Amino acid sequence: MSAPAIRSAQAEAPSRPPRAKDRQSSSPLGQPIPRKEDEALLRGRGRYADDVPAPAGTLHAYVVRSPIPHGLIRRIDVSRALALPGVHAVLTGEDVARLSDPFLVALKQPIPQWTLAVERVRFVGEPVALVLAEDRYIAEDASELVDIAYEPLPAIVDPEEAVAEGAPLVHPDCKSNEVSRRDFTYGDPDKAFAEADKVVKLRVDYPRNSFMPMECFVVVAQFRPSDGSFDVLANFQGPFSAHPVMARALRVSGAKLRLRTPADSGGSFGIKLSVFPFVVLMGLAARISGRPVKWVEDRYEHLLAASSGPNRVTHIEAAVKNDGRITALRMDQMEDYGAFLRAPMPGPLYRMHGATTGAYDVPNLYVVNRVVLTNKAPAALIRGFGGPQLYLGLERLVQRIALALDMDVLDVIRKNLVPSGAFPYRAAAGALYDSGDYPLCVDIATGEGRLEDLKRRRDAARAKGRHYGIGFAAVVEPSMSNMGYLSTMIPASARERAGPKNGAVSLATVNVDPLGTVSVTADLTVQGQGHETVISQIVCDQLGLKMDDVVVNLEMDTVKDQWSIAAGTYSCRFSPGTAVAVHHAAGAIRDKLARIAANQLNVLPEDIEFVDGMIRSKTNPDNGLAFARVAGTAHWSPVMLPDGMAPGLRETATWAPPELEPPSGDDRINTSLAYGFVFDMCGVEIDPDTWEVRVDRYVSMHDAGRLLNPLIAEGQIRGAFVQGLATALYEEFRYDDKGGFLTGTLADYLIPTVTEVPEIELLHIESPSPFTALGAKGLAEGNCMSTPVCIANAVADALGIEHVPLPVTPMRLHALMAGPEKTPPRQAKATSTAATAAKREGARELTGSGAVTIGAPVAQVWRALLDPENLKATIPGCHALDVVGENDYRAEVSLGVGPVKGRFRAEVRLSDLDPERSGRLSGGITGPLGDASGAGMLRLEPIEGGTRISYDYEVAVGGRAAAIGGRLLDGAADLVIRQFFERFASRLGASSGAPSASWWNRLTSALRKPQ
Amino acid sequence: MKPRPFTYLRPDTVAEAAEALSEWKEAARVMAGGQTLIAMLNLRLVDCEAIVDISRVPELSAITRTKTHLEIGAAVTQNRVLSRPELAQEVPLLAKALPWVGHFQTRNKGTVCGSIAHADPSSELPLSLALLGGEVVLRSTRGTRVLKAAEFQRGLLSTAREPDELVTAVRFPLGAKGEGTGFREVARRHGDFAIVSLAARARADAIDLGIGGVADRPAVRTIPRADLSRLDDIVDALAAELGGFEDIHATARYRRDLVRRLARPVIDEALSCSA
Repeated sequence: MSAPAIRSAQAEAPSRPPRAKDRQSSSPLGQPIPRKEDEALLRGRGRYADDVPAPAGTLHAYVVRSPIPHGLIRRIDVSRALALPGVHAVLTGEDVARLSDPFLVALKQPIPQWTLAVERVRFVGEPVALVLAEDRYIAEDASELVDIAYEPLPAIVDPEEAVAEGAPLVHPDCKSNEVSRRDFTYGDPDKAFAEADKVVKLRVDYPRNSFMPMECFVVVAQFRPSDGSFDVLANFQGPFSAHPVMARALRVSGAKLRLRTPADSGGSFGIKLSVFPFVVLMGLAARISGRPVKWVEDRYEHLLAASSGPNRVTHIEAAVKNDGRITALRMDQMEDYGAFLRAPMPGPLYRMHGATTGAYDVPNLYVVNRVVLTNKAPAALIRGFGGPQLYLGLERLVQRIALALDMDVLDVIRKNLVPSGAFPYRAAAGALYDSGDYPLCVDIATGEGRLEDLKRRRDAARAKGRHYGIGFAAVVEPSMSNMGYLSTMIPASARERAGPKNGAVSLATVNVDPLGTVSVTADLTVQGQGHETVISQIVCDQLGLKMDDVVVNLEMDTVKDQWSIAAGTYSCRFSPGTAVAVHHAAGAIRDKLARIAANQLNVLPEDIEFVDGMIRSKTNPDNGLAFARVAGTAHWSPVMLPDGMAPGLRETATWAPPELEPPSGDDRINTSLAYGFVFDMCGVEIDPDTWEVRVDRYVSMHDAGRLLNPLIAEGQIRGAFVQGLATALYEEFRYDDKGGFLTGTLADYLIPTVTEVPEIELLHIESPSPFTALGAKGLAEGNCMSTPVCIANAVADALGIEHVPLPVTPMRLHALMAGPEKTPPRQAKATSTAATAAKREGARELTGSGAVTIGAPVAQVWRALLDPENLKATIPGCHALDVVGENDYRAEVSLGVGPVKGRFRAEVRLSDLDPERSGRLSGGITGPLGDASGAGMLRLEPIEGGTRISYDYEVAVGGRAAAIGGRLLDGAADLVIRQFFERFASRLGASSGAPSASWWNRLTSALRKPQ
Repeated sequence: MKPRPFTYLRPDTVAEAAEALSEWKEAARVMAGGQTLIAMLNLRLVDCEAIVDISRVPELSAITRTKTHLEIGAAVTQNRVLSRPELAQEVPLLAKALPWVGHFQTRNKGTVCGSIAHADPSSELPLSLALLGGEVVLRSTRGTRVLKAAEFQRGLLSTAREPDELVTAVRFPLGAKGEGTGFREVARRHGDFAIVSLAARARADAIDLGIGGVADRPAVRTIPRADLSRLDDIVDALAAELGGFEDIHATARYRRDLVRRLARPVIDEALSCSA
């Protein structure tokens, strides 16, 4: 479809869409009704998964996880764990490979994933064994007794390095770590680039992060040997397209995996899809142990390996005309999914596909989508789902275009927005934008949002030499996904062979009992969005009831409830999807009751209205019956029903919009049903001393169609804003460049708290969607998409930088902005320039150096260094030392700092020996606290009265210590190494010039000292 | 995140606590508020055979003001000290630093002595005690000894406390007439461990500057007022000397530059409060 001519927003102004505050209606729909859910939740009476009583005899599970990012499992010895009283079983990859199948993968690639690692581990935190015990404490104790021998392999962390020649392969059966690449061309981008006045390019890096639920994963699994079925309670959130994936892995039919979800949820944000591998694992555990099995994920596990959004590297460029018009876009999107493709990955790369041009009327587009695997935890669903990654590139680019053309950013935005009056609008890659008025939103946001005030604040700050910037972001927010969008990933010919995939089914059931109470179930899972409230509003709107007359139960039971593969709570499918099904189901009940009542009231059904719990004649309101009375008729008196009407009052409605077509032959796809619009504007100030970013003002303008409940809408927007802010400034899963995981506690994975969150100003217009009965669109993901790039644009404006590293941490801005150091420290421990600081960020080698002076001659010091007995007495906490070769030792050591202590197996080697001059000390330690390996050079030089030993070292720390102790590691490494040399020095120093007998005495006394 | 098995002891008197420590020595850990220890136990970072819970020992729950100092017992929570109306007059620096210690909720349980005994290099309370030249009172079955703050904290999570000793109290010198103090902290979020924290005390003839979070223990330097004109050079050299640790939130260089940038404002704050 060709682009419509651009018209000014002014011309469209007379048909101004309504504002929420304009509406006047007696219906509860559209009213800011407080949430029905909150009373119980705020009083601590929620019914979360962990609150559901476990069946008698339930065993508790603990997952033993890989401490290394990549390696072969050489041996697993569970005998010591099994011997611990209270331990019932320990599952390993052998068990799951025997009793289950690998999960289905969206790509035709050999990427088998079981619930426990089979033969090979591919990321830190990958489940390797499962301990089942009487309680969780015993299970954790036993987990330390599971002996697993790994053969470490090189790990790959960076997606660009992963696709380089010779990179270690995450899955050796795949020929490359780039497991999927597709190129898409829409229009004639090459021609547009050839004819462009300017080409503006940018590279952006979207980080790895999560939106973390308070409640972690919970699974309670039972196995029924009588019919071989599984009954599992889990805080799974959908999409239920994962249900067949689980059933297939368990080797049962769908009906033999009964999956139930609890009444309340401690948050999800997409993350709780990823409980599904554990549904299978605990199902297998229940089958093997013959007992119910319960697993509650803890925060450490959750941070380590629950889920995350994918990180993405985007190269984006625009062909632009001098007047600011963007005529074409090219994008190369490389998305890093971690070690496996969990169903339904690579969703984030394709969910936005039809809307790749965002809010802009750009007819020519070229996109390359690459799916890359690395040795990181698998990525999966997350709020925003592909939107934040897309808009970081697109909206940063718009800011760069304005700079390149020396134009105002807003002028570039306005020049390119999909014009008013162009709806429904077909975007280049196939999205059919249903409704909206983007230029009007920009006008309202900059007008009522007081852009002029923001500019005054900026100018005043800059006049005082402070760093202040303004950012914008214009974002199209899709809702309710086309179930066929992922098939865009495979070529049209392959799609034809596989059969069409498209559409999205929504289901809801409304039931009226003999007392006239209404109950509703739907194809949703509870996540905290307030669906109970909005569903009640929709039903009350149809049936003229009070909110309390409606009971909504959203506990899902896959054996008893209505659901489809599209079921679940994700991709903002409620407002354009399930809400519509509820509306239709309640409408069917209304029609039926109207006919029953008309019969009894002697009026026509068209004359019936539902008001205040009465069903009555519109023309003669005194002629009416109580709602409960009419409902009772359907139950008690089938003979009184109109002819041909079935008794009972239970209606299930199905809603499947026709606009969600499969991808076309030329790869155009309408990826979602409804498309809202968000326009954000903010001012930030950056502290020149600390480089902290403070959001000074933030304005967010939304058009999400008709608002079903403005109060809940506001809550959703504020929540998404906080998470967008988190992406911009705080949250990131960090790995070191060898694949070690560094953010295993909430002291290192930084979720903003209320003190970090600024107040925001919200604005709305309502352009109802013509494609849904209620006109409502999703709105809960928009700020996850708009806020990160809006803040990034403001930071770029404040500091005049092109590359804005997300999250924008003070350390990173300091590295970019601080010049050379006036007086660097004498020891080269620290990074001294911004360039090396930026390059080194992934490196977690701890480095240091030092020197000790010993009152003994060089020859004696050298001998002592090579003397195993002396080493044993010198190595801090050494219990035993075995000589395995010349200058090659194995030791059992207790190492620690202050109260933190652990027992480790150590390997120590001395090499590159230049007698009495220098040598190399290297080795490693492994233990439950983690592992470390390192090397250092020692140099000896004679000085007056003795010897000076100088040393430097480089130590890499991994496992638990690196994941949770990062803040103290640098100091701890320093301390332990210094301890070694100080002990060495003090042992020898005192013996300066003393006869060897005395030296021997001291040595033997040291050896007798109880450890 | 469940701890390994341990024996739980809850003495009612200091003498019983000292007995317990004398018996278990290195195998025991003392718990007061548990805000650090319990997390470490659950993460299995700390392995101990016995927990000696001193939170309900009446002798340890006193706050005593003498002519020279404020003595805070080992069971006294941070919020109890902070909610003392006269704190800003007694130990002004404590009134400024305590709100930075963790969060309201953790201060309800966490103790002043526990924080000092734990000796985290980024903690505000060891920095405050070191800057003011306070003391730590230690008790064991062998007797009682009192150490200066500088003698007590030996390094990263390391102190001069012997395994059989119990920190029974810490003593913060009372603010003297005419003195002023300042406190400033940089952390990613309010309540996080400090990336750098700075404290200053302006006395009649000199400034005491304390820096936490950069080295393995608080660093305190006294700068004669006569040298204040060379403050930038002094602080620059001090930052270089301290070096600084690296972690994922801050490079050593960033830490040093924070010291360079924030020393003057914190000293100015102290000077502005002084008579």
